[in-house]
This record gives sequence, C-alpha cells and structure tokens, in this order.
Amino acid sequence: MRKEFAAAIERIAQEDDKIVFITGDLGYNALESVVDVLGPRFINAGVAEQNMVGVAAGMAYRGYKVFCYSIAPFAVYRCLEQFRNDVCLHKMPVFLVGNGGGYGYGIMGSTHHAIEDLACLSSLQNVNTYIPAFADEVSPMLDQIVAEARPAYLRLGAGGKTPDDAERIGTFKHIVHSHDSIGTVVALGPVAGHVLTALQDELLTGQFDVYTATNLPLDVPNELAHRWAGKPLLVVEEHVSIGGLAQQLSVQLLTKGAVPSHFTSLSAQGYPNGLYGDQQYHQQLSGLDPANIAHHLSSLLIAG
Amino acid sequence: MTTKPIDIQSLRGQLRLRLLGLYNQAHAGHIGCSLSCIDLMIATLILRKRPQDTFLLSKGHAAAALYACLNYLGDISDDELATYYKNGTTLPAHPAPNQHKGIPFATGSLGHGLPIGVGIAHAGKLLGDDSRVYVLMSDGETNEGTTWEAAHFALQHKLDNLAVLIDKNGLQGFGRTADVFGDTADVRIWETMGFETIEVDGHDVEAVLAGLDNFQASGTGKPKLVIAHTVKGKGVSYMENRLEWHYLPMTPAQYEQACADVSALFPVSLPA
Repeated sequence: MRKEFAAAIERIAQEDDKIVFITGDLGYNALESVVDVLGPRFINAGVAEQNMVGVAAGMAYRGYKVFCYSIAPFAVYRCLEQFRNDVCLHKMPVFLVGNGGGYGYGIMGSTHHAIEDLACLSSLQNVNTYIPAFADEVSPMLDQIVAEARPAYLRLGAGGKTPDDAERIGTFKHIVHSHDSIGTVVALGPVAGHVLTALQDELLTGQFDVYTATNLPLDVPNELAHRWAGKPLLVVEEHVSIGGLAQQLSVQLLTKGAVPSHFTSLSAQGYPNGLYGDQQYHQQLSGLDPANIAHHLSSLLIAG
Repeated sequence: MTTKPIDIQSLRGQLRLRLLGLYNQAHAGHIGCSLSCIDLMIATLILRKRPQDTFLLSKGHAAAALYACLNYLGDISDDELATYYKNGTTLPAHPAPNQHKGIPFATGSLGHGLPIGVGIAHAGKLLGDDSRVYVLMSDGETNEGTTWEAAHFALQHKLDNLAVLIDKNGLQGFGRTADVFGDTADVRIWETMGFETIEVDGHDVEAVLAGLDNFQASGTGKPKLVIAHTVKGKGVSYMENRLEWHYLPMTPAQYEQACADVSALFPVSLPA
C-alpha cells in the first residue's frame, strides 16, 4: 500500500498547501517523490518520534494538517502520550501513519510488529483509526482523513483490490454478498484477503457474507447488527483480540441485543513458541492463514 | 502583552498574593513551583508576548501562576479564577485542554511543551510571519529525552523565533537536580549544542526583559535559551529553597505568614 499511499499524499498535498508530512527518518524507496512534491512541507524529524508528534501538534495549532509517518510500532507506542495529550485531547489534525501493521515486518522481529496498535489508539478520545484491507482503499481513506481534520491513524499493510460490488455500511464494508448465507465473517485489514481465499473452497462458496471493518472505534448500524444476529459470526484480525475488533464488536452486538448463535475470534496470538519468521509464518501460528480460516468456517457450517 | 503602565515590583507582589490566595482557598500544593517562575511569566507572558506570539507553560504544575497572570491580562475572569481546583472548574491543578485562549495546550506531563513550541515556531517560519514562541520549562524537566530531541530539531531548522526559558531552582521531584540526574540545565550543554544563551537572575524581571530584547535584536538564526537562576518558593521566607514546598499546602498560619512576607518584600500598590 506504500505506493498508493505516496501517490495519494502527493495529490492531496498539491491540492492543499496546508498539508505537512513528517517522517521519523523512514521512507527509503517509497517517499522520494513525496519529498520533491512537498518541498519545505516535507520534514525528516530524525529518529525522534516523540518530538515528531509534539512538533506536529504545534504545527497543527498554526493551521497545518500534519501527517506523521513511521513503521507502525514506532509511530504508535513510542509517542503514545504525545498523541494522547498533545493531539487527541486538543482534537488536532495530526494523522499518524504506521506502515506494516500486524506482523507486516515479518522476520524483522517483534520490535517491528504492531499487533496491539489499534487497542492503544482506538481507546483514546477523539481519534479515528483507518484500516484498509485493500490497496485501492488507501487514497479515499486519505481524502476522508484530511476532510475530517481530526486525530487519525492509518494502518498500512499489503492488500489486493477491493471485490466488485462492495458496499459501505457504517464502519464496515460488505465485500461478499451471499443469498441465504448461513453465517458472517468480519475481517480487519489485509487478512481479509485470506478469508476470500478460504471461501474459494467449493463447500464454503456462497455460504457466508463477508465484511471488513474499516475503522475503529466501530459504528455498527442496528440494521447490520440484527442482520448478523442468530447466525454464526467469525471475526478475523491480525491484532490481539483484547481491544481489537473481536472485543469491540462483541460489546456493540451485546449492547444492541443482537446476539450471534456462535462467536469465534481468530486473532494475533503474539509469539506462542518464541520463534520468528515472515508474516505468513506468524499468521499461521495465530491461525490466521486461509487453511485455518476455512477449517473454522467448515465448523460453523456444521454448527449453523 | 499589556499596554498598561506597570510597576513591576508591585506586580510581582500582587500576583504572588493572588496565587497564594488561590493555593490557600484550594488547600493545594505546588506553591514553591509557582513562586519560582512567576517573575519569568511576568517578563514573557505579561510584558513581552504580543498577540501573534505563543507562550507555553511546559512545567504545568505551576498552573496557578499561569492562571494569576492570565487573570491579570483579562483572559481569565475573576469568577472563573474563583473556581480554581473545585469540581466543575476549567482551571484544574494542571492546565486543561480547549478551555482558555491563553492556554493553547494542556501540560502537566513534563517534556511536552518544548516539542510543541518547536512545532509552532517551525510553522511560523513556514508561514513567513514574525511570530515568536516562549516555552517555560523547569530544570528537572530537562531530564526528559524530548528536551534533546526538540532542541536538535530547533537547531537544525534555525528556529531563532523560539525562546526557551529554564526555571533553574536546583530542585526537582525528590532531590536536588545535581544529585538526581546531573545538571541537564547546564548552560554549557546548550551553548555547545548551538543555542544562543544567557544566564540571568530569574527574579530580576528587567534583566530577563533585557536578555529577551537582546535576543530579538541579534538575528543569529539560533534558537534562544534563558537559564534563569531562581529560588523555589521565592518571596516566602519559610518556603525558599525547600523541596517540601513542591508538595505541601499551607496552614492558615502559614498563609498569613506568606502574605506578610510577600507584602514586606514587594510593596503592593493596590488599584484605586
């Protein structure tokens, strides 16, 4: 998604002279043309993420709309207090961008993974998080982030193309429509692609409706909650379940009295064996791979 | 910046009595911290800050001094000031967000004001205006790593519209700064880094003003630093240079003594 991200930033910055882009010394082989387009509005703040976010808040105070870019864990964890106090409490238009959400940085190791980022950020006041599942969602999400001009976090990963006929409902996108579906899958981020792969199994095709959650905190329209009630619901996310999609969704559904017949959560499990590998390796360990998703869907088929 | 004719000595006493009154009615601590930096606020916030400038109290625990100054400037009404520290106030022990024009950012967690101030100063450069930014920090606060991140950013971007004031009273949360973490507010560190620096008596308002005015005339392209040598609890005999007055509230007798000390030291000419 970095290519789509850079192209969109260039476009938006050309349209709006109040856009500033700050990087925490990252962007090699991705942001070079952004540097050229933004000129003095592109700032390399060095390896100093806390200051980067404080500076962004100060610039936003003077009328700028400021992107702060880094690898996802560095953009979120190191400067969480700056984002909370200096940005969110003041509703400043400062937008964190974390590249490589989830296990995206794979063999780079646990320091480079962000599997608790959405729990941290979506629990803050006045912030919206954006989690594209597909690369073509990045550009319109950036337009929305700039238009809303409030604290935001964009979690980038590696995704394909949004399925045709996708339909937006609240903070969800209905990406697979099935008549007489026996259950529902809600996925967060690019791991939605694994759900689509799992559904290519001929026993599963046409049996499930699939949605992506595009933002946290969630906005679950009543109509959607009740559409899911009484049927099996599988939640798939490359994020820990605590504070993530599964937990936030279950609270909303229970609050609305829209109870699924079965609720299954597939989520990031951290580092259960203490061993490290690429993104697929970690997804598999957490049961987020297409085969395991298909296995759970088959179980729901029986349960449903 | 006020345009009223000012009797500085009288104002130093008047605002001290005001903040002592606030702490007394609230039975609150951080009195020594406010008395340490109130003279720096008189110089910057009251006497030098223009409408296009920004003042940030990074050492948010001196909020009562800030509130007293903003009340003097008319930004906080007497009625609002009377709610200090009470339930339902916009004036808690540390400055709150989005409540008063004179308080651009909530502070209280140390090490936040300088990065924000640097961002405001950099925005001023990018916008091409003549705005200035004053950031008032404590010496203990310079323990925070963000101090050094922000300082290097300010140097790299030649933010000569930024003036950092360090209230150097030599005491921090649980000891003397020299004993806790070394002297991270040592002027030589900042000078070596490339800041344009001055050291002044932080209670000599005229000296602070002269230093600031000299900065403005210098045009060096360097960010500015004022090391202000101060006394925690300045003006109240039993509080001066005592760590406990970071925390303690006053008894009624202590309040009476504090007011007597201040009145003796700074003759207050009350408005007619």
